[in-house]
Amino acid sequence: MSALTDALRARAQHTEKSVWYTLASIGLILLLGSVYTLSTSGTLSFLTPTYLLQQLKIASFLGVAATGMMLVILLGHIDLSLPWTLATSAMLATALGGWVALPYGLCIGALIGLLNGLGVAFLRVPSMIFTLGVNTVLKGLMVVFTGGFAPRSEAPAWMEGLAVGSALGMPNALFAWIAVGAGAVFILQRTPFGRYVYAVGNQERAVFLSGIRTQWIVVGAFVLCGICSALTGMMLAGFSHKAYQAMGDDYLMPAIAAVVIGGTNILGGRGTYLGTVLGTLTIVLLSSMLSVMQMPEAGRQIIYGAVIIGMLLVYGRQQEH
Amino acid sequence: MKHWRLYIRHNQGLLVAIALFALFYGAYSLQHPQGFTAALFNQNSNECFALAMAAMAQTIPVLTGGLDLSVGAVMTLVNCLASELLGGTGIANVLGIGACLLAGLLCGLANGCLVVYGRLQPIIATLASSAVFIGLALFLRPAPGGAINGDLAFALTFDLNEALVASGSGALTGPLSAAGHIPTTALFALLMAGLWLYFKRTRYGLETYAVGASAEAAYMSGVRVQRVRLIAYGLSGFFAGVGGLFLALQTGAGNADIPQANAYTLNSIAAVVIGGTSLYGGAGGAIGSLFGALVLRAIAFNFRVIAEDSALGFLANPLYQPLVEGLVLLGAVSLGAIWVFRIKNKLLVFK
Repeated sequence: MSALTDALRARAQHTEKSVWYTLASIGLILLLGSVYTLSTSGTLSFLTPTYLLQQLKIASFLGVAATGMMLVILLGHIDLSLPWTLATSAMLATALGGWVALPYGLCIGALIGLLNGLGVAFLRVPSMIFTLGVNTVLKGLMVVFTGGFAPRSEAPAWMEGLAVGSALGMPNALFAWIAVGAGAVFILQRTPFGRYVYAVGNQERAVFLSGIRTQWIVVGAFVLCGICSALTGMMLAGFSHKAYQAMGDDYLMPAIAAVVIGGTNILGGRGTYLGTVLGTLTIVLLSSMLSVMQMPEAGRQIIYGAVIIGMLLVYGRQQEH
Repeated sequence: MKHWRLYIRHNQGLLVAIALFALFYGAYSLQHPQGFTAALFNQNSNECFALAMAAMAQTIPVLTGGLDLSVGAVMTLVNCLASELLGGTGIANVLGIGACLLAGLLCGLANGCLVVYGRLQPIIATLASSAVFIGLALFLRPAPGGAINGDLAFALTFDLNEALVASGSGALTGPLSAAGHIPTTALFALLMAGLWLYFKRTRYGLETYAVGASAEAAYMSGVRVQRVRLIAYGLSGFFAGVGGLFLALQTGAGNADIPQANAYTLNSIAAVVIGGTSLYGGAGGAIGSLFGALVLRAIAFNFRVIAEDSALGFLANPLYQPLVEGLVLLGAVSLGAIWVFRIKNKLLVFK
């Protein structure tokens, strides 16, 4: 018995502070939401399985996007091309249609990621500006491709199934997130590539001197990030029955925020996938609670920003020199 | 002679930006059906001013090795604030302008406090604070609107003569009459450039560069790193405030437009890079960024005048504009990467 408690205590000590704080804030959000619904309509709708499953479904979109973003942030880079990687893959995949659109869309995401990775790793352009440029180019390509109109092609049936369907009482989108998440955890913890991602984020020079071609690690992470963005794009296209121009704009900032609130160091090298999951849930539940409370947009933005700042001030501060 | 070579090497980025601007703007004015006129100059400088201010605002934190992702949000907030305050006359408007500039400065200082005392990463701190600023802007102006004193707006966004007439004195006459057609915004841009050049010569200006080059070394040399960073973000907020104030005067209204705010932030980073400021900090300057912003705008101007039957005629189609802008940005930053292929010691690549 004591061995078990010791093990649990040791486990708890090794868990990042951010995990406890995100868990606490998720609890707080659910509590506040319940108090609100109890006082207005006398129900506990925040604690019903239907509501929670629905939130998990919505969180899946952000969760998949945040997974890719986390890989890149672990390297100490950032991918600002997420909005249009997402939209480009979704638009081209829905234009093609059918089952073949799935590998096609993922390949497009991978290609964009490859371009980002090559620019960042070999040209040594800061990722912030290179991915920003790629984002603008993709936007330009899609404006030419669609002629500036909303694309007319509808999302194939499988995309809608993936986004809004459910199996065994669980939304399919959640299964997709679980699969992507399991893949990410496996890659980060069980493969050399994953270990190198952390190592490059800590000290790229040292990894290079150990004989590892760090540039290809960077390229690999960007490719995976592109694939995650593409998958998010196709799920979103299924959710809204078609791809549209601004579909990715609302995902960039929340994806970065989810990763950082989850305790991943924005300078790279440190962070857990559990943190990213909890960060994603915190953000999704927070915005859901604010909508339920019918908070006007102004208040939502202020609270959203203040919560991120507040949480980071509690556990995301850098060491003093 | 040697002195000149050194100057050119130190200001490569700035000189390239000036040359690009001369090229693109020259091409535009040559092809313009009316040619280069005072009215055209006036219109163009009004179109450039807000982005130029955003770019100058972005430069100072970048020089310290940071970044300010809230530039567009501060502009939007000040824009909405101005639409509330500048509807009156005379002294009320002067006080209103002062309040707007102060608001910009305070927003910048708030960012600075998060970075310096909160010890948050600039990227994420300003990303989060921009949500707060946009929220405040939406609180002031849930829907676009507001009434700005038309005379004030016209005086400050037209030309020197108009501003002089509005301030009570007469228009310029005699040998100086040509100078009366100088756009007010061009004069304001010169004023802001002067402000930056003055700041650069003060100890804090020099220390800004020192902190960006190496914060540890600067600290060891007795530079008060925290204060320098705080001032850098404060000044950034001030410049963004000037841009936001101008947006209000130009459009005559306040508009809490989130996509527009994001576009200003992202373009300001692009302008900083084109202007030759290193995103790693410590090298560059706000004049370069000013020209970087002018380059970005001048490229966009060219789309209006390209002849449809020329070799580049397909570019007259506005659908291609975002693509070409993106390619120019990507090309410009990739050209800056040529040094990677020149260095012999591979280790130096990893900063």
